[in-house]
Amino acid sequence: MKGKICLLNEEGLRIDGRKLDQLRPIKIEVGVLKNADGSAYIEQGKNKIMVAVYGPRELHPRHQALPDRAVLRCRYHMAPFSVPERKSPAPSRREVELSKVIRQALEPALFLEMFPRTSIDVFIEVLQADGGTRCASITAAAVALADAGIPMRDLVAAVAVGKIEGKIALDLNHLEDQYGEADIPVAMMPGLDQITLLQADGLITLDELKEALKLAKNGIMQIYKLQKEALKSKYLESGEELG
Amino acid sequence: MAKSEEIIPVIKKRTIEALLEKGTRIDGRKLDEYREISVKFNVIEKAEGSAIVNIGNTMVIAGVKCVLGMPFSDTPDEGVLIVNTELIPLASPTFEPGPPGEDDIEIARVVDRGLRSTKAVDLRKLCIIQGRRVWALYIDIYALNHDGNLMDASGLAAYCALLCAKISKVSTENESIKILEEKEPLPVQHQAIPVTFAKIGDKIVVDPCYEEELIMDARLTLSFNEEGQICAIQKGGRGVFTLDEIMYCAELGRKISQDIAESIKRQLENIQ
Repeated sequence: MKGKICLLNEEGLRIDGRKLDQLRPIKIEVGVLKNADGSAYIEQGKNKIMVAVYGPRELHPRHQALPDRAVLRCRYHMAPFSVPERKSPAPSRREVELSKVIRQALEPALFLEMFPRTSIDVFIEVLQADGGTRCASITAAAVALADAGIPMRDLVAAVAVGKIEGKIALDLNHLEDQYGEADIPVAMMPGLDQITLLQADGLITLDELKEALKLAKNGIMQIYKLQKEALKSKYLESGEELG
Repeated sequence: MAKSEEIIPVIKKRTIEALLEKGTRIDGRKLDEYREISVKFNVIEKAEGSAIVNIGNTMVIAGVKCVLGMPFSDTPDEGVLIVNTELIPLASPTFEPGPPGEDDIEIARVVDRGLRSTKAVDLRKLCIIQGRRVWALYIDIYALNHDGNLMDASGLAAYCALLCAKISKVSTENESIKILEEKEPLPVQHQAIPVTFAKIGDKIVVDPCYEEELIMDARLTLSFNEEGQICAIQKGGRGVFTLDEIMYCAELGRKISQDIAESIKRQLENIQ
């Protein structure tokens, strides 16, 4: 199947008209769900993802509680209508793996030791998927955790870089992920310059990996700014109302 | 399968950390030293291919079974590859019975990614009637003894089982498929060799043993093909890596993957 679609035109533009180092349009909203302690909604290109955070709260079943810190639990789930062919609502192996790597991408940012014997639950619902959903989920989940008032070392921002037509590109969409040569999701705590998630499939050389990580950092810094703006816009507004 | 609580005494943790400061490890290895790998090929006669891989005391078995099946609609001219891993309670007091949990699934998916990205098996050669009938290749991986680094042991066992697998020839006449007695080697064309690192404090060790895994902050697995290109990466654990640390692991991992490939090749030649 590969190679049937031309992912880069003669001017070096991608199928959605972007340059190689350009992000898709991103919109982040904070505090969109009333029941949750923290929540966020993200649109990144055609991705539409809702994230709710509950906690710190009493953990059930109780024997899973840890005496020295909170348990972070993540559930990444795709709605059946989020993809062209209906996805079974039962959690797939992919969703189980992504739930785990997303949890481990967020965990370094949280002061879990401040809330022993509790749980912090992050629920991620992918309403529409168009490539790079794990990264957009992490970006939104970090904002939702901040919205829930959980003390954090830094936000976590994420983006997938990849290789299309032999070139390293930022923020792959679904077609680029499917027909490109490699996909490399990266998450960072941007202020601390630390990588909290790194995966890759496809074939890449060591030099390409280095270039990809640098490009990812570039994109992550832009997303970091959007995260902070989204948080400020909610809390500055509510501050003014009180004021 | 869910793991029960894993506990390591603080004093042992401090011992491991103090040793790392001195440039050595709890089992006497250097920080960049891999344990000895031994492979037994074709241990299961009833499987199309199989291998037991030992990395030190870690032991994993993988078996390949082939069944006739339908191709996926988006790849009508390719066979199907399915990887499954189970961390059974036989392998460790910390493993519990039950359906595969996130750790089992993660290993299976990382092994799968490596084999798929490198195109280890030429799946087109497993197509029998386009769009209708193909070979489905099941690789089932079972942990037998857990002393750390089940990721690499699983990846190597899967690759070695493929290397020695033989598949029945088929004849197709008037759309009917006949499976022949004669067998031929599976079309394995590229390698995927995983190398896993653990970060403990600010130290990075390759091929962590069980005790090192208990105290590690983060884990990084990189898989390499025969040209030294990366075909899969997976970061694990609750900690973080810097860009420099990742590039250190990538460069060292590439070198180690070549040594491992050499060792596997030698052991395979010995049985043939």
